[in-house]
Amino acid sequence: MNVLRVGWLYLKMGVLNELQYRVNFFVQLFQALIQVAVALVVLALVYSHTTTLNGWTQPELLTLMGVQILLGGIIHTFVQPNMGRLMDDVQKGTLDQALTKPEDAQLLVSVREVRIWSLVEVVSGSIVLIVGSSRLQSTLGGLDTLAFLAALSLGAVMLYCFWLVITTGAFWIVRMDHVLELFEGIYATGRFPVGIYPSWMRYGVTFLVPVGFAVTVPAQALTARLHGLTLLGAAGFALALFIFTRWFWRFGLKRYSGASA
Amino acid sequence: MSVAPYPEVGRVRSFLDFYATMIRTAISSQVQYRVAHYFYMLGMVAEPVIYIVVWTTIAKAHGGSVNGITAGQFAAYYIVWTLVRNMNVVFGAPYWEWRIREGELSGQLLRPLHPINYDIGWFAGSKFVNVVLWIPIGAALYAVFHPTLSPTVLQGVVFFFAIWGAYFLRTFIQSTIGMLNFWTTRGAAVFDLYMTAELLLSGRLVPLKLMPGWVQMISNFFPFKWTFFFPIEALVGNLSTRSLLLGLAAQIGWTIGMVVLFKFAWRAAIKRFSAVGG
Repeated sequence: MNVLRVGWLYLKMGVLNELQYRVNFFVQLFQALIQVAVALVVLALVYSHTTTLNGWTQPELLTLMGVQILLGGIIHTFVQPNMGRLMDDVQKGTLDQALTKPEDAQLLVSVREVRIWSLVEVVSGSIVLIVGSSRLQSTLGGLDTLAFLAALSLGAVMLYCFWLVITTGAFWIVRMDHVLELFEGIYATGRFPVGIYPSWMRYGVTFLVPVGFAVTVPAQALTARLHGLTLLGAAGFALALFIFTRWFWRFGLKRYSGASA
Repeated sequence: MSVAPYPEVGRVRSFLDFYATMIRTAISSQVQYRVAHYFYMLGMVAEPVIYIVVWTTIAKAHGGSVNGITAGQFAAYYIVWTLVRNMNVVFGAPYWEWRIREGELSGQLLRPLHPINYDIGWFAGSKFVNVVLWIPIGAALYAVFHPTLSPTVLQGVVFFFAIWGAYFLRTFIQSTIGMLNFWTTRGAAVFDLYMTAELLLSGRLVPLKLMPGWVQMISNFFPFKWTFFFPIEALVGNLSTRSLLLGLAAQIGWTIGMVVLFKFAWRAAIKRFSAVGG
């Protein structure tokens, strides 16, 4: 309960802070429009040369792209800004300020920042997803929607874990320039169904970097491709990843020696 | 005692000296951050790998080729893409905003040479490190995707000049756009527009042959394709000797045009600059 309360409090503070910069909303809106436009161009290009891509039709791939944009929006809003600040804090030695608080350190470093304007991507992604899925042959049932929401939440947890594991690397490497480019590059693989990648890469972007799981599984739920077993597997994997992340975070934290004061 | 006047030769030599020193400094500095650099490289390589996979999937489903481009040629295009991309990373337009906001520019203006010389020298130096660090990645991509690649010596030579041409051209495109930051603190919006135009019109997303005819036509009116498509095509395509040389000439022409545009933009922009710290 305490976890939720602390999280909620920081969220409120973050939102109030961001609301001061309203022009940023329009900048985000503009960027989201460009992002959707590029996705549509890619889609049009691909399907001007083929009718299915590894068994995925145009509306199905559109749905998948919607999921990818939506989930990206969640990460940009809640996860990425926190990880950026954490890296900064490790480099400058100011992480002390979070560590000396009585609350759990992993919780604190994960909720300190929120960029609400990035929620624009959640909206634009949802629109793409809804347009895509409305053109599908099969209609969505209530169960599919539930499975989709469950898979999406699991995907968000997995990506959070991945980000925190990478960021924890800052305890050893200190200068983590370009880690954002690394994530964005790898995350872009989620724009296409994980099945199209050659097998070595498919395992890479499923287990090593859980983008395949995080994006493809929710999209499978929407396109009548999801087996209950896959969803169960995703849940198990998310749990295992979370436990590993927590262990790794604590392991890395031992290496931290404050440099501030 | 009178001091002999500074000979003209000395000026040229000290200019070259400056560049040699910048390049050396960049190399020894960049070598220290290898891990960060590989983060960047791996993130960057994901983009063309996605393209290779998508287009080879389509090619294989349609009897081996799309618009006459085979899977092996797609692989060649996008693998060379990674090297060209490494070469055409420049001091980006958004960094002008940072440079102005943080007051970095104030100090840089006091130096004897125009700040862009420092950008060019520094990034030119880091190219040497980039390319060395790229070699294992290029080799891995080669082993995995089996590109069809058999360039002639002339193609190799033209490619060498074309990647440096792409570097200079893109430097001046981005620096010119960077000048907008003197007028607005929302340069990011324009920059995004530029990146999108470049993505679609440069051959970065797909070989231009795959684009509809009207897009290919539009791409002729912009400098972008000389920073991606031309260098790549010079090595992997089968351009005639004439087209190769004309391509280099076009690249030089666009670069001169962008330098002139940059000079105009700079003159107008610097009048608006009022120092912020530094």
